[in-house]
Amino acid sequence: MSTTTLEAVTRGRIRRNRRRWTVLTVLALITATMFSLSLMLGNTYYPPGDVLRVILGETVPGASFSVGTLRLPRAVLALLVGLCFGAGGVTFQTMLRNPLASPDVIGITSGAGAAAAFAIIVLGLDEVGVSVFAIIAGLGVALIIYVLSFKDGVAGTRLVLIGIGIAAMLDSATAYVLNQAGQWDLQNAMRWLNGSLNGSTWDETIPVALALLVFGPLLLTQARNLSMLQLGDDTAAALGVRLERTRILVIVAAVALIAFATSASGPVSFVAFLAGPIASRLLGPRGSLLIPSALVGAILVLTADLIGQYAFDTRYPVGVITGVLGAPYLLYLLVRTNRAGGSL
Amino acid sequence: MTTDHTLAVETLTVGYADRTVIDKLDLAIEPGRITTIVGANACGKSTLLRSMSRLLAPRGGQVLLDGRAVHKTPAKELARTLGLLPQSPTAPEGITVADLVGRGRNPHQRLLSRWSAADDIAVAEALDATHTADLADRAVDELSGGQRQRVWIAMALAQQTDLLLLDEPTTFLDVQHQIEVLDLLTDLNRARGTTIVMVLHDLNLAARYTDQLIALAGGGLHAAGAPAEVLTEDCVRAVFGLDSQVITDPVSGRPLMLPIGRHHAAAAATTSSLQQPSAHSPE
Repeated sequence: MSTTTLEAVTRGRIRRNRRRWTVLTVLALITATMFSLSLMLGNTYYPPGDVLRVILGETVPGASFSVGTLRLPRAVLALLVGLCFGAGGVTFQTMLRNPLASPDVIGITSGAGAAAAFAIIVLGLDEVGVSVFAIIAGLGVALIIYVLSFKDGVAGTRLVLIGIGIAAMLDSATAYVLNQAGQWDLQNAMRWLNGSLNGSTWDETIPVALALLVFGPLLLTQARNLSMLQLGDDTAAALGVRLERTRILVIVAAVALIAFATSASGPVSFVAFLAGPIASRLLGPRGSLLIPSALVGAILVLTADLIGQYAFDTRYPVGVITGVLGAPYLLYLLVRTNRAGGSL
Repeated sequence: MTTDHTLAVETLTVGYADRTVIDKLDLAIEPGRITTIVGANACGKSTLLRSMSRLLAPRGGQVLLDGRAVHKTPAKELARTLGLLPQSPTAPEGITVADLVGRGRNPHQRLLSRWSAADDIAVAEALDATHTADLADRAVDELSGGQRQRVWIAMALAQQTDLLLLDEPTTFLDVQHQIEVLDLLTDLNRARGTTIVMVLHDLNLAARYTDQLIALAGGGLHAAGAPAEVLTEDCVRAVFGLDSQVITDPVSGRPLMLPIGRHHAAAAATTSSLQQPSAHSPE
């Protein structure tokens, strides 16, 4: 081996690492900024000093209620569901080697959403019961899609099309539940159809935080195996990856994140679908995309919620804004893959 | 240094769904040599490679590496001794050559271990050995077919295994790149003693580059041994159902198979009586 090659390899690795850390730092800073803005902005502007005092538990007239009771749980929930959707989405896209195979496109989010709507509106369960219901539904949908599309492997057109069909069915199930329950108020409907953070309280936020603490690290332990799967099943297995074990761990962790987030905020449109490709565009295929995608997901939800609340005369739920962002990208992907030879 | 690994197949039966592809196969791979598996399409060549590298569980019998069943060896442990380059691996969009080759280090890394100096050295060695060092920062999807194949081999080399299995490493390559890849594998075998087992379609290249030739037919072994013993007109007829003439390759002294085909049967009959003796006589 020549020393020049070794030097070039080492230099290249250090350069790519530096790029990775730069991107991660910038994403973390943007996330922190959007989070802070969510606390400061609103009908009344509160300067950072007031916000900080509220967070530290001091009583600030006006701010204590606006920031402490209204804005803080909402911003924390936006942050958490963004992280969950971002990480869960890129996990499916990476595992199935297909940017279209994100849980919100292939029906897993819809399954969790329909189950959560049913559990809350019809059964009247509490937060824990709702989350458990949503996870079981999410895993069930994943299993159904897997079984229906399995034929010499699962990636590809068949899985995505079956998933889109299942998503449509489950979305109408959600609409049916909303109708039947006779609780057709707009807030609720928007939450379960598009995703919304309106009326967030700590009761919804805490289960998502716990889910992220448990399943986030579990997913991170599989980060390297997950990026090995990109090389194809045989190559990954030949490099020592235990395929079935990796897939099961990763599916359970990602579905749990998606389901907990969905039972709190509803299926916030396209965040899971968009976060991975954006992170990948920023970072290139340098190592795991889990953390960068989670951060992009958080930035998307925080920003979209700010826009939805304050940019227009009417207040729009967060899912309407992310839907407007995501739909063109979905079309772009469909057109591009169609041109590239018809296979999704 | 590495010639002491033994790889053997014992009454191995494997298949997919309700189809048995390989039926009670016995085979011993020569340590430290180059072995090539040939046979008609769908005769189980790739299936054999996949089950030798633990990717496909046997229905009966076993594959033994150094006397231990590969299907009972932990995946990572096996991947430090035995590598496999499948037929069509996929490169993630935009990945650079250095990153892809670095993925070959996976079996040597632990859950939380950081990239080590040993990893850099292994990658650099693999790039040098495959003459891909100057491509290190390029994206794999911009490379030519020949370059890409060398990069995949580099990834397998970075794995630093004493045995390397390759499924049709020359498919889709121009003739000069086919030779380049096979020369490279020969270098590896000669310089490091790496045991190489590959599947090839081209019988003549197989005969030229191989120490041990294995011909599979009908889910079992038809013949195994030195190319001159295995690659005969009878063997080609039995394995591929093809009439041929086998002469001595003037370049390598190995057997060279000339397929006859329906349109040249008559000409072959006349030339064989004229040329066959002269092709063999100078030996």
